[in-house]
Amino acid sequence: MCLAVPGKVLEIEERDGTRMATVDFGGVVKEVCLEYLPDLRVGEYTIVHVGFALQRLDEESARQTLALFENLGLLEEEFGDPWQAAAAAGPTGGESGPAQEEARA
Amino acid sequence: MKYLEEFQNPDLAVRLLDDIRATVTRPWALMEVCGGQTHSIIRHGIDQLLPEQIELIHGPGCPVCVTPLEVIDKALEIASRPDVVFCSFGDMLRVPGSGRDLFRVRAAGGDVRVVYSPLDALRLAREHPDKEVVFFGIGFETTAPPNAMAVHQAARLGIRNFSMLVSHVRVPPAIEAIMQSPDCRVDAFLAAGHVCSVMGTGEYPELAERFEVPIVVTGFEPLDILEGVRRAVRMLERGEPGVENAYPRAVRPEGNPAARAMLADVFEVTDRAWRGIGTIPGSGWRLAERYREFDAEHRFSVAGIDTREPAECRSGEVLQGLLKPHQCEAFGTTCTPRTPLGATMVSSEGACAAYYLYRRLGGTPATVEATPVG
Ligand code: SF4
Repeated sequence: MCLAVPGKVLEIEERDGTRMATVDFGGVVKEVCLEYLPDLRVGEYTIVHVGFALQRLDEESARQTLALFENLGLLEEEFGDPWQAAAAAGPTGGESGPAQEEARA
Repeated sequence: MKYLEEFQNPDLAVRLLDDIRATVTRPWALMEVCGGQTHSIIRHGIDQLLPEQIELIHGPGCPVCVTPLEVIDKALEIASRPDVVFCSFGDMLRVPGSGRDLFRVRAAGGDVRVVYSPLDALRLAREHPDKEVVFFGIGFETTAPPNAMAVHQAARLGIRNFSMLVSHVRVPPAIEAIMQSPDCRVDAFLAAGHVCSVMGTGEYPELAERFEVPIVVTGFEPLDILEGVRRAVRMLERGEPGVENAYPRAVRPEGNPAARAMLADVFEVTDRAWRGIGTIPGSGWRLAERYREFDAEHRFSVAGIDTREPAECRSGEVLQGLLKPHQCEAFGTTCTPRTPLGATMVSSEGACAAYYLYRRLGGTPATVEATPVG
């Protein structure tokens, strides 16, 4: 929940009156809201939490953190398919069945 | 030193550890408030690398774990309604309510969707004007501004079929409650870095002074945590409580002013019950009066909820740092990540799950089950 991932701003555009950016997280590209860091520019790094840029980060520490997260599999956990992750962890209550069918669907 | 190779810069880790060892002269108990830090500490075995005088106590900072059972049950009930699209972050899927979870609600036909951002839920509301789209708004000060923005946008754009089930929590009142507990053993706090990225450090000097306790703003990576511990131990040994920022690359003293302004506009402070702990005064946020129409609790009357918590679960004590997970009798026997009795076993940031995943496997996180971080 509290994971915030550093990313690099690729593009910025205004959408419905909201400042949005495309941000690259070590290969995974996501839409990110810039309303809380409106002066962020293309090429700069930021820490992003649930689709929002919250603070600027310098390039060096951003790269280091991304490399670490990649190594630890945290990027996959953050951006992977949560239904599959939940299904892999097994249904609660110790039964199999509906939940696993769900994951295949 | 089996864990050290996982550090990005093992030499620096050794230097930090040497410094801590050279500084410490007596036992100290440090509490890391945030579940993300607990996860990192157990995953990398940081508690085992530290000199044995230093004990790390795991705090209540996993928002998934402290969301009250009553709120989970309300979520399950709303998510079961045929007219509702229920949106949540991934890590709420398997948190047990009284008997089931969102995963099962979906298997039973409920339209439960996992979103990456609260703005995704808002987009769904625009795409499905015939449905009620409800977002499960939980989290600490880091997650609250994104959720506040979704409500603000819904109001601005007139998206009336959007609402939020809000159960936000705030860190400083939790620190206060922990310090006031008669059982409190905490000598210093590692404050959650990303919470401070938003809020800044202004809320902490008063707490540090009142309780004469060092509070060190700390990041999440292994080296960040060692640096936080090093600073806290130095302050303790010198007998100098106060606030230090060991995570300046992401935390400015003023935090993020735009995010704080939005929080003040959309939310108001309220008393909040924490699962397993009880009500902490002023420890939460709810929607402010002018946004009340977007409050899912008002929109859907979810009354008559009868909550039942398994009697053998001791997660309340775990969350307050009074008990380590493996000291609970159910740990690893009747309670595992596959069959969780309490939320602290479900969320990967929960102390029970972290102990189960990493400690039982001797500290090698190679083949653990996948759990969403959120
Ligand atoms: S091990 Fe399970 S039963 Fe025991 S406190 Fe943790 S979540 Fe509750």
